[in-house]
Amino acid sequence: MSLKKVHVEQPKEFKFSSENLRKAEEILKKYPEKNKKSAVMPFLYLAQRQNNNWIPLAAMKYIANFLSMPYISVYEVATFYTMYNLAPVGKHFIQVCTTTPCLIRGADKIVKLCKEKISPNENELSKAGNCSWMEVECLGACVSAPMIQINDDYYEDLDEKSAKDILDSLIKDKPLKPGSYRGRTNTSPEKKQNINGENHA
Amino acid sequence: MLKKEDKIFKNLYNEFGWEIENSIKRDDWKDTKNIISKGRDWIISEIKTSELRGRGGAGFSTGLKWSFAPKEVGSRPHYLVINADESEPGTCKDRDILRFEPQKLIEGCLIAGFAVNAHVCYIYIRGEYFNEGRRLQIAIDQAYEKGYLGKNACSSGWDFDIHIHFGAGAYICGEETALLESIEGNKGQPRLKPPFPALVGLYGCPTIVNNVETIAVVPTILRRGGKWFASIGKPKNTGTKIFCISGNVNSPCNVEEEMGIPLKELIEKHAGGVIGGWDNLQAVIPGGSSMPLLSKKICDTITMDFDALIENKSGLGTAGIVVINKDQDIISCMARIARFYKHESCGQCTPCREGVGWMWRILDRVEKRKATFSDIELLSDVTKQIEGHTICAFGEGSAWPVQGLIRHFRKEIESRCREEPLIKKKTNNPYLVDQHLLENKNA
Repeated sequence: MSLKKVHVEQPKEFKFSSENLRKAEEILKKYPEKNKKSAVMPFLYLAQRQNNNWIPLAAMKYIANFLSMPYISVYEVATFYTMYNLAPVGKHFIQVCTTTPCLIRGADKIVKLCKEKISPNENELSKAGNCSWMEVECLGACVSAPMIQINDDYYEDLDEKSAKDILDSLIKDKPLKPGSYRGRTNTSPEKKQNINGENHA
Repeated sequence: MLKKEDKIFKNLYNEFGWEIENSIKRDDWKDTKNIISKGRDWIISEIKTSELRGRGGAGFSTGLKWSFAPKEVGSRPHYLVINADESEPGTCKDRDILRFEPQKLIEGCLIAGFAVNAHVCYIYIRGEYFNEGRRLQIAIDQAYEKGYLGKNACSSGWDFDIHIHFGAGAYICGEETALLESIEGNKGQPRLKPPFPALVGLYGCPTIVNNVETIAVVPTILRRGGKWFASIGKPKNTGTKIFCISGNVNSPCNVEEEMGIPLKELIEKHAGGVIGGWDNLQAVIPGGSSMPLLSKKICDTITMDFDALIENKSGLGTAGIVVINKDQDIISCMARIARFYKHESCGQCTPCREGVGWMWRILDRVEKRKATFSDIELLSDVTKQIEGHTICAFGEGSAWPVQGLIRHFRKEIESRCREEPLIKKKTNNPYLVDQHLLENKNA
């Protein structure tokens, strides 16, 4: 259950773009006709992607109309799930996993870096206005810890240096590539023994 | 140790390509039509012979679960739902199946769908796995192109469609009824059971919910025979399992091994050993964060299977192994897990909603050496008040790790507690009020 604040400045109107309207029709086909309420989660994602990665209240009203369901039910869903942003986030939206498996591999150092480089507090835009960060719960890549998610992509096997490089690249608007930063093949065991964990953050 | 030819997930690290052509080379979709033509009863009995137990955490017999679906389709259609909402800290096995072995899952869906009379399957993927979901969608499209899905899927005479539904960052949606609520377009709060989903599930229709790994091993079991699968591992704990080894090991990894492998062998052979050597081991969480941790003494000899771990008051869960060595503060590790549960409680049942925050605050005080001795009893009592008093197993999942901590590290906790509370006011407050809360504006 998340505690989320709805943004103060809200746009008056929201409508799906013609491309998203087409996608919305495709999504509706997945579910039985009398259960079109099921489409509320994919629709919220569409709205979020269309509106710079956050969902305005007008979009919730629009979706409620679209699916003939009460506005409050859409609001209920949008506030329950943590991945729906109800206030603007940076163009590069950094989510730092800090749950135990990442924590014991040094996720707190990445949090510290975010505080220094992006913004002192979570969910604040950086000085240049193009980045924001937040701590999140387990992102499900525990054997590649510590890791962060930037927009849709996972950056894995980080240490202090690589995390710093990645954050710098975001600030400069030239993001580095996602994937493992120890150069290993996905989740396979590494042949090279890293002595007493010197290789991780 | 598992023989190479007995490995089911040969492409776990994507060394051979995930595309459908490559997976066909690895024997996916071989004889699928033939398997389906043998009929539902044969499929279910073969799965029962294999003694396959669900890989999502509870370890329930898969064959038995399938047999709960009504034999005949009545007025309501049947559904198959795949739980790919992998969010248990320490677990990342399903992600690799979705990315690198999607055809195993898709073929398994068709066979399982046929076995439980379902024409439609929903795969519920956690929202963070956006790229994995996109990959799976491409794999599904490839299967449609080959005629393996859709009308008369794989020339079996069975119509079958698969749809992906993305979650949006709620751990609780991994609970099967919360997952169904979420697909229906509601917030993910678990339902009371009974009725079980097998009779009243998605849209009120009979629904079978299975984990990704469970379904992905089904085609191989049916091709090689239930007896083959049952011959691997230990009785009642058969087959192979993907273990995720994370935390303080030299090379954390996912690896497929046989059930019942000794934990020490698993860590030393595949994960390069504990950082600082085996003697530097402090504790291991054997099955994702919901399972109580094991002390080093138990880790020396324990085998990784459902029953051996239950005997040691823990569980195999999802087989997400988190290794914690002596360089870590065990209290802060467990306090972080308590914070995870506080964040993820859906808020439906009071013991869980209030209790998880309570456990976190006490552990936080212990970590900061501000707790009193009576707090330990209080903490233990809170876990007992949550356990068994909630609609879903989240209550147990949040209380057990704390109970495990108290069981194995009581001395460590006590060494950080003091006799007298820092704040000593209103000592006769009713039992249910967490007194330290009164002093802390931010709590």
